[in-house]
Amino acid sequence: MNAAARALRMPLAISLELPGAAYLLALLAAAFALASPEFSSPRNLGNIALQSAALIIVSLGMTLVILTEGIDLSLGAVLGLCGVVMGLMLASHGSLPTALGAALAIGIIAGCCNGALVAYAGMPPFIVTLGVYGIAQSLAMVLTQGNSVTGLPPAVRWFNEGVWLGVPVPILAMAAVFAFTWLLLYRTRFGRYVFAIGGNRRALELAGVPVRAWLVAVYAYAGLLAAIASFIMTARMNAAHPTIAIGLEFDAIAAVILGGTSFEKGYGGIWGTLVGALAVAVLRNGLNLIGLGTEWQVAVVGLVIVSAVALDALRNRS
Amino acid sequence: MIAAVQRLPTEMLFVVVTRTAFVAALVLLLAIVSPHFLTTDNMVIVLRQAALQFLMAAGLTLVVLTGGIDLSVGAVLGLAACVGAGFIVKGYVLLGILAALGAGLACGIVNGALVAYVGIPAFIATYGMLWVAHGLGYVFMKGEVIHGFPAGFRALGAGFFASLPIPVIAGALLLLALHVVLHLTRFGRALYAMGGNPVAARLTGMPTKRYLVTVYALSGMLAAFAGLVVIARVNAADSGTGEELLLTAIAAVCLGGTSLFGGVGGIVGTAIGSLILALVVNGMNMLGIATFWQAFAMGVILILAVFADVTFKRRMS
Repeated sequence: MNAAARALRMPLAISLELPGAAYLLALLAAAFALASPEFSSPRNLGNIALQSAALIIVSLGMTLVILTEGIDLSLGAVLGLCGVVMGLMLASHGSLPTALGAALAIGIIAGCCNGALVAYAGMPPFIVTLGVYGIAQSLAMVLTQGNSVTGLPPAVRWFNEGVWLGVPVPILAMAAVFAFTWLLLYRTRFGRYVFAIGGNRRALELAGVPVRAWLVAVYAYAGLLAAIASFIMTARMNAAHPTIAIGLEFDAIAAVILGGTSFEKGYGGIWGTLVGALAVAVLRNGLNLIGLGTEWQVAVVGLVIVSAVALDALRNRS
Repeated sequence: MIAAVQRLPTEMLFVVVTRTAFVAALVLLLAIVSPHFLTTDNMVIVLRQAALQFLMAAGLTLVVLTGGIDLSVGAVLGLAACVGAGFIVKGYVLLGILAALGAGLACGIVNGALVAYVGIPAFIATYGMLWVAHGLGYVFMKGEVIHGFPAGFRALGAGFFASLPIPVIAGALLLLALHVVLHLTRFGRALYAMGGNPVAARLTGMPTKRYLVTVYALSGMLAAFAGLVVIARVNAADSGTGEELLLTAIAAVCLGGTSLFGGVGGIVGTAIGSLILALVVNGMNMLGIATFWQAFAMGVILILAVFADVTFKRRMS
């Protein structure tokens, strides 16, 4: 209940409560700015913002899942499947709204499967979502035979290159999803239950709240956001690829943890996740600029996430 | 712990009955569908596949018995394979094997220390390790493939001894050793106690933290050994080696009836689980189903196995 009460405070107070990721972000930005003159160029900063849009969207869904003491390892694979289905429908001359609708439906269905198995069957979230990861990844490979889906209509590129009211579409989409998630989390009963499920699920059940149904909704929302992120990623590559987002769930988990959301007791929130996702994006971008490729980035982000959790665990103990 | 032991018979009976039925149905189906299924050649293929999966899932079983999980086994297998391959391809076979086992051991010890001493949830610590090991494997290989190992080393994966494939013999010996360790040593019994009731186990004065580190270290080292067998078998190593094996390993453990909540299960179950998965993969190949479907099958089997056990347990209580 304490967690719920904390979460209802104004965003400024929450962002003041979570300085960890903000310090890291400032530190990384300063270090990379010194190491590479290109880092702080407007073009590169714009790139970081564009590239972090999909990550932030997925991380927001992941935040809600982790707040309920869960985890979703399937989001990257589900994102890939959504993109592939959308791509195949568009490549065979389906209409854009139908293709987008199909992708959204797949995201929601995958999320509902995750949620139902966690909530109603009582299975551990990491096992359920690992299984769904395998299933979604396998379906995406089967549908494409492991190849990219190309020949998408030009209209798709709007999701990446489009500008509306002077703001690029991915950033608009990210802002819209963030605003919606903020309202959902801090201004609705759903949001209060998300914090309360992590804080004290038993109490909530005793109070007669249909906790299981709300849990399914949480996972379904995470799946939905993965589908939305698939539009942006597919548009950026101008192709759909089954393994496009494998590992994105890892960046998302890193963003959530760096953002100060805890795996226990429903502590945390989406302002921290926003900063955490930017820190991950800056880290990857900066490593790239100083000439450390994807392979190093994977290892370094892994180290950062483990260190962040370790620090958190050590701090909580003392 | 007492609750876990009392619950054991009915739960184990359920596991044994469902798994035996599953194997019987699978064998019957495959024997009807394909005349090649029941040949000696094919049985050897199935056994070798099962042994490979068992080598990887064996250490994981110990971890799961303590109520933990090791999501890094696939990536550690890959990293160890890459590290070892670099030496072995130049002819330093023994050095390569030691380097690979050492790499697996190091990853395992870090996992164990993070879980036991720092207090990070096991699935997060080992998930982080998954990516660290995966990344280091990439760094080590720079995207290249190492292939063409000396014949002596390749025997580890592809050779025969007394007309049995060497991986099968290695798997059988490991099964025997771990079964003895689990049931006849203080360490083995402690693993069940820690999984059944961690607080009680600590209060009885067991060195639970040291045991936990040992268990994760064993898991890392056995994954590394499995990696050596895999690259000896396919005669090549790249940074993607073992990537898809995590799902298979966890499925083998769960299918073998070891409870994800700790304290219930055993290594024999994992051997049976590995055999079932090998039959499934073999059957899919026999039926001409594309390999892309294998991850689908593993995912479904994993979810079904855990679903069945969790539901049964709930009905009982």
